[in-house]
Amino acid sequence: MGIASEALKNFKGFNLKNLPEVEPVSPGHRACQGCGEVLALRQAMKALGTNVVMCSATGCMEIITSPFPQSAWRVPWIHVAFENAAAVVSGAESAYKAMNRKGIINSPDTVFVGYGGDGATADIGMQALSGALERGHNFIYMCFDNEAYMNTGIQRSSSTPYGAATTTSPAGKKSIGQSTWKKNMPEIAVAHGTPYVATCSPAFPIDLMNKVKKASLVPGPAYLHIYSPCPTGWRCGIEESVEMARLAVQSKVFPLFEVIDGQYFLSRKVAKPKPVSEYFKPQRRFRHLTETEVAKIQARTDADYEKLVAKCVMEAKTKEKPEQEMSIRLDGA
Amino acid sequence: MITAKSRGRQLLLQGNEAIVEGALAAGCRFFAGYPITPATEISEVMSYRLPAAGGTFIQMEDEIASLGAVIGASLAGTKAMTATSGPGFSLMQENLGFACVAEVPCVIVDVMRGGPSTGLPTNVSQGDVMQARWGTHGDHPIIVMAVSTTQDCFDITVKAFNFSEKYRTPVIILSDEVVAHTREKIFLPHPGEIEVLDRIRPNTPPEWYIPYEDNPRGVPPMGIFGDGYRYHVTGLLHDVRGFPTQRPDEIIPFMSRLFRKVNQHFYDIQVVEEESTEDAEVIVIAYGSVSRSARRAIREARKRGTKAGLVQLMTLWPFPRQILEPLLRRVRAVLVPELNMGQVSREVKRINQGATRIETLNRIDGNLITPNEILVRLVKL
Repeated sequence: MGIASEALKNFKGFNLKNLPEVEPVSPGHRACQGCGEVLALRQAMKALGTNVVMCSATGCMEIITSPFPQSAWRVPWIHVAFENAAAVVSGAESAYKAMNRKGIINSPDTVFVGYGGDGATADIGMQALSGALERGHNFIYMCFDNEAYMNTGIQRSSSTPYGAATTTSPAGKKSIGQSTWKKNMPEIAVAHGTPYVATCSPAFPIDLMNKVKKASLVPGPAYLHIYSPCPTGWRCGIEESVEMARLAVQSKVFPLFEVIDGQYFLSRKVAKPKPVSEYFKPQRRFRHLTETEVAKIQARTDADYEKLVAKCVMEAKTKEKPEQEMSIRLDGA
Repeated sequence: MITAKSRGRQLLLQGNEAIVEGALAAGCRFFAGYPITPATEISEVMSYRLPAAGGTFIQMEDEIASLGAVIGASLAGTKAMTATSGPGFSLMQENLGFACVAEVPCVIVDVMRGGPSTGLPTNVSQGDVMQARWGTHGDHPIIVMAVSTTQDCFDITVKAFNFSEKYRTPVIILSDEVVAHTREKIFLPHPGEIEVLDRIRPNTPPEWYIPYEDNPRGVPPMGIFGDGYRYHVTGLLHDVRGFPTQRPDEIIPFMSRLFRKVNQHFYDIQVVEEESTEDAEVIVIAYGSVSRSARRAIREARKRGTKAGLVQLMTLWPFPRQILEPLLRRVRAVLVPELNMGQVSREVKRINQGATRIETLNRIDGNLITPNEILVRLVKL
């Protein structure tokens, strides 16, 4: 039994009746309407509680939660540069470890979290993250993936999906938009031998909170890839944010899974997958895609999903109830 | 959107867009960049203008990689550039030093924002003047230009490419947030009217080619990857054939040539614009967006009877000492307004050596110095 499965042996998850009331990220931040990223951050912070140290990379979640005099944080929080959240959290964690060992402080349960957007994780922060995962610090890294540099105005990142139009991958007669496929960050984290890696989505809050809680219990690094719809950058309706996150899971574009000590568990089996076109339709960043291109993306999505399912030894036992009851419905359906 | 048909016409452009126009007119066909406020528009416009012009646009994973890609593209024979702001410029410094020592022509645009660190991303500053000069480690020559209007953005970018090709050196364009985002009228000259220079290529047989051999200009002809002129490119100090060396008798000629190639052409490189300096008793030395406020201020001051003049620095480094020295000996006082704690005024004081009185006007709150602030100081000088 690996260190992660050992730590999660007696894990009891959240359910609708025992949701924590703490709000380490308080309301009153300056996110855009319908921001899926701050929704995911809020859910994650509820699961973590207040005994945390947060290290933030530059990005939307830094800008919107911190401008004076309206800090949205009720926990220790530091914003560093764009590329080094994982390096700074390594330093904080090591210092705590040393101070605990010497008896200067007595706070063995403090959770260390580094977080950033997809650009700060998959592009510029990759080196720092890789180093921190390799050194095995006891921390959680959360990547809030909204699939482009939204803070500077929707530029492509290596996490932008194939075919999406952004301001630096414009779509037109001769350009499809983003011409490369999305970088598979969870797989890169797994390749580091990270004890706990998971993907989560704010459309499935209990699942997300459970995964964040598990990540905090694992002694060693944990990597969470959190899907974060951005209506501003994806050009969809602000009321469709959660729906987008749900459709991404249901259309197999963003499957939810956990990797505990290298073993894959599918969190949510997509029995009746929806076509990717249904997920693309409300988003204007995909509206230029032709049917052939959509078919190409569908084929790749199916193949990726098959590959993932083949890796999963069994389905994880999730305490979550069926999604109809669980997820937030804003469309009145 | 700017189309090919609109060339030679007057346009309403942002400073950042004008830099793109200037770069394309100068023959830039490669851009690698990374999003950063307030320089992102350069990437955005390049992302569709460059492919349309037959060039390549790449968004890299960070600024280190951006300048790395630019160096590679330039060695492969393309005119290449990148654009960034303070934090990204900090990351580029190591590659910038490499470009200096390996003599790789390239253009780097730094749209200055408030600093240090993340600073004031959406506000104006001129705090990177010394970073542009000394940011990378070691002794090195560098050419740094400053822009103040949208028209400047076009003209200076063309000039910067010409300097970089002519002298085989990186050239830095210091823009700032105000210039970058001000939309104003610009006249784009007809392509035929723009002076565009290309790097000198070797004309000896490839086997005779000595890549870093000295000549009177101090700029050796540049072979490019794949044209048969094979040579060794390294960031280590190298001999005339490009191989790493530790011999003082090879290091000294190399380093002195590196400095000489920029210093001996100062009349070509040092660009300033003077207004009403012929009979001026007090002058304002300004650059970038502040020179616009200064221009207005000296005109107002003249109306009120103060004989004021303006020297607008287009070239910041090498510092235009030869042009400023005679002026400093003639005037009663000098005012240097700038959006930092005194980076250029320090340089003015250094070359002044007590000849006249130098006063400074500094602002570091992320706002522009207004003409009135300068005027109030001017009439008291």
